[in-house]
Amino acid sequence: MSERTGNADALLDIRRLKKYFNVRKGLLHAVDDVSLTIRKGKTLGLVGESGCGKSTLGRVVIGLIEATAGEVFFHGEDTLKFTAEQRSVFRTQAQIVFQDPFSSLNPRMSVAQQISEPLRINNACRNKREIDAKVKELMDTVGLAERIATSFPHELDGGRRQRIGVARALALDPEFIVLDEPVSALDVCIQAQILNLLQELKKERGYTYLFISHNLSVVRYVSDEVAVMYLGQVVEKADNVALFGKPIHPYTQALLSAVPVAKLDAKKERILLEGDVPSPIDPAPGCRFAGRCAYRQDVCLQDNPVLSEIEPGHFVSCHFAGFLQRHE
Amino acid sequence: MTSRDTSVLLDIRDLSVRFNTDSGVVHAVNHLNLSLHRGKALGFVGETGAGKTTTALAILRLIQSPPGQITSGEILFEGHDIMKMTEAEKRHIRGNRIAMIFQDPMTSLNPIMTVEDQITEMISLHSNLMGNEVSKRAREMLALVGIRPERAKDYPHQFSGGMRQRVGIAIALACEPALLIADEPTTALDVTIQAQVLELIKDLQSVVKTSLLLITHDLGIVAEICQDVAIMYAGRLVEYSDIRSLYGHPMHPYTQGLFNAVPNLDSPLGGKLAVIPGLPPDPTDLPKGCSFSPRCPYAQAVCHEKACGMREVAPNHFVDCYFPLGVEGGQRS
Repeated sequence: MSERTGNADALLDIRRLKKYFNVRKGLLHAVDDVSLTIRKGKTLGLVGESGCGKSTLGRVVIGLIEATAGEVFFHGEDTLKFTAEQRSVFRTQAQIVFQDPFSSLNPRMSVAQQISEPLRINNACRNKREIDAKVKELMDTVGLAERIATSFPHELDGGRRQRIGVARALALDPEFIVLDEPVSALDVCIQAQILNLLQELKKERGYTYLFISHNLSVVRYVSDEVAVMYLGQVVEKADNVALFGKPIHPYTQALLSAVPVAKLDAKKERILLEGDVPSPIDPAPGCRFAGRCAYRQDVCLQDNPVLSEIEPGHFVSCHFAGFLQRHE
Repeated sequence: MTSRDTSVLLDIRDLSVRFNTDSGVVHAVNHLNLSLHRGKALGFVGETGAGKTTTALAILRLIQSPPGQITSGEILFEGHDIMKMTEAEKRHIRGNRIAMIFQDPMTSLNPIMTVEDQITEMISLHSNLMGNEVSKRAREMLALVGIRPERAKDYPHQFSGGMRQRVGIAIALACEPALLIADEPTTALDVTIQAQVLELIKDLQSVVKTSLLLITHDLGIVAEICQDVAIMYAGRLVEYSDIRSLYGHPMHPYTQGLFNAVPNLDSPLGGKLAVIPGLPPDPTDLPKGCSFSPRCPYAQAVCHEKACGMREVAPNHFVDCYFPLGVEGGQRS
């Protein structure tokens, strides 16, 4: 399970990716030197709180936002250096499902029109009959009844709308899909239905997912590997079992301990973090988490630690990772 | 659940609320009976559209009419029926005896008033404190929720989401209400900030001794804060009990479905989530029998004909089901 950059089975290889935004108050470090590998047919879960840069990362990776620096290799080729032609091919291979199925669909298009849009734009079908057949097949795949093909989004509940979003993403038969908080806007029962659907599709068709979420339980349920982001940087990454079973970074530990558990007598030790996430605009030198960290030392305020491999496949960005690992 | 003893702070009896809309009459709350004891925290759980917030607004008599209409029921608060109160009496109760924390602290605060002014407004409206005493009390409230006094003159937009919700809590508790209604107080917050706010609510509840009606969809939050729990489905209460009994033995198939649908940090990996098939019913066209019967794996003919009604199946554990789970022989008569 160990992960190496440049691994042959890597579908997507993100190297030292940066995305800065110029804002009035300075330079906003949305994604700051992130390296990640997503292996073919696997799901990488990306967790973090609002503003940590996880959605920006997802968008940069599929080319919706231009990167400031870094490389994104897809099948070994740097997508950031693609020509317009290569880029349009890449965009059929890499898709995204958005969080809010209420605002990500066109309110004036019927279900069938929404789903056929990517097919029409890319001339993926020869004629109207082929398009209709493909739409029907896609609706069947994501569990939408044929009778709602002429319905409009406002007539449908959140779960069905999100199924439309998934069908649109699948239309061009992609290899890689960014799922950006795909179930956060949904009720728990509908959430379970969509999660099961995504898992089935991955199993049957071998899709590779980047699953972005703030919900740790959901990420644990869907991911093979997990990366935790804090203020634009990855602070810990490991395979699912290691990350949830033996979190090392103080932020990951606090994050996990903060999740309310729907069980009595499950009272675990809660690590309460003080204060809020600091501003990502011109961040101070030193570890980004230092201000809220219980283990903070002088060195943390001066040097930003680098992500290093503490155990095979388990990467942590903390000056005291070795110490925390032994005292876990 | 009927009780005349003074330990009952809030007693809702046979409450029904409906909304007249273009697409028909929405039956938002249907014959709800619910009571809350003094000093206790009751978790009020259900999905979107279950009628949780409508119930809260009915308690405060804040349902806009039209289109809303309370068609039946009484709401006894400290023994007095809120439904029969005059406008002046209702105003006296709102904010003073019953306060509310809203889901979104950005839209529930006034953007052009400093947070101190928003608290003093509440205090001057409802207490006899004057001048300096008012602002002293406001600072005390801010300190109580962990906001430094030098930030009292700041405006809501200068605070983060978690801090704003603390301000909302400070305003709500300023007049020491007997009942605090918290409507999804942490849904808009990040998980580490949610943990801070939940800790605060828990601490304050033991200090201020206020009763809490906590509206949420998260059974994890209820397990942490509440002593009792009520599960709503399609405008009806389907199960009510203390949390020990309900979490130990959920009896309504919907409650069980809710527990199973949510992945936990310790649920086994690789399995499928147990899904409740289908969708909640259309509130303008509720099924004839039990509202959950079209989705219920255990439904029998009788379930589609007539709802069972709430009954006490175990001590202080009420469920609206003919065939409660884990009860021998199903129907107890």
